[in-house]
Amino acid sequence: MAPSGIKPDQVLDCRGLLCPLPVIKTSKAIRSLAVGQVLEMLATDPGSKPDMLAWSKQTGHELLEVHEEDGVFRFLVRRTR
Amino acid sequence: MKQKRRLALVASKGTLDMAYPPLILATTAAAMGWEVGIFFTFYGLDLLHRQRLKNLKVSPVGNPAMPPPVRSLPVKVPDIVGALPGMPSVATAIMKRWMRESNMPTVEELLEIARESGVKLFACATTMGVMGIHQEDLVDGAECAGATTFLDFASEADVTLFV
Repeated sequence: MAPSGIKPDQVLDCRGLLCPLPVIKTSKAIRSLAVGQVLEMLATDPGSKPDMLAWSKQTGHELLEVHEEDGVFRFLVRRTR
Repeated sequence: MKQKRRLALVASKGTLDMAYPPLILATTAAAMGWEVGIFFTFYGLDLLHRQRLKNLKVSPVGNPAMPPPVRSLPVKVPDIVGALPGMPSVATAIMKRWMRESNMPTVEELLEIARESGVKLFACATTMGVMGIHQEDLVDGAECAGATTFLDFASEADVTLFV
């Protein structure tokens, strides 16, 4: 997915962290947002891409965007419930 | 969303390396909103033991995957070397360093995350009896339970794994 220009309400930096931390920190951070708000999560673990897709599928929170640049993955997630 | 998924794990190993897989799976499942329970049995109960939890070791003996201190060397540590006095401490220190350098949480930190996220920590009642371990020896949140309790919990699990 290409950059959409959506402005996140919160940014979570998980660069340099390995599984399970990006997903754990994301699920913690998303609970601090209101429903409808958007979290941006940055990660360098290549496993974070399939993991975030799976996390989104399991939790129902919407993965709006996945973008990779220079080894950094940028995820935009909307809290749905 | 359908009703919550459930993960039931058995943690049967009490070494530092084998402490990670069940705790990583448990904390990840909890992060996805699953209900999670881990049954800590036999040496796995060391992961809930206040004192032993702080002294988990990696054994280089009987561990053909044990790499040398420098990860890029194409050799493994032979059992006869791994069996020398002090080698388990060396292997343990090396693994702890790798984990630290990779920004991985310690086993105690992962256990804390598990507890905070509501993971049920079943302490095997039989192991407690056989090894003379009492409730006060265990970390907060550990629930003494037998196989029946765990199987009852596991009978409604979507994923069940023995580690």
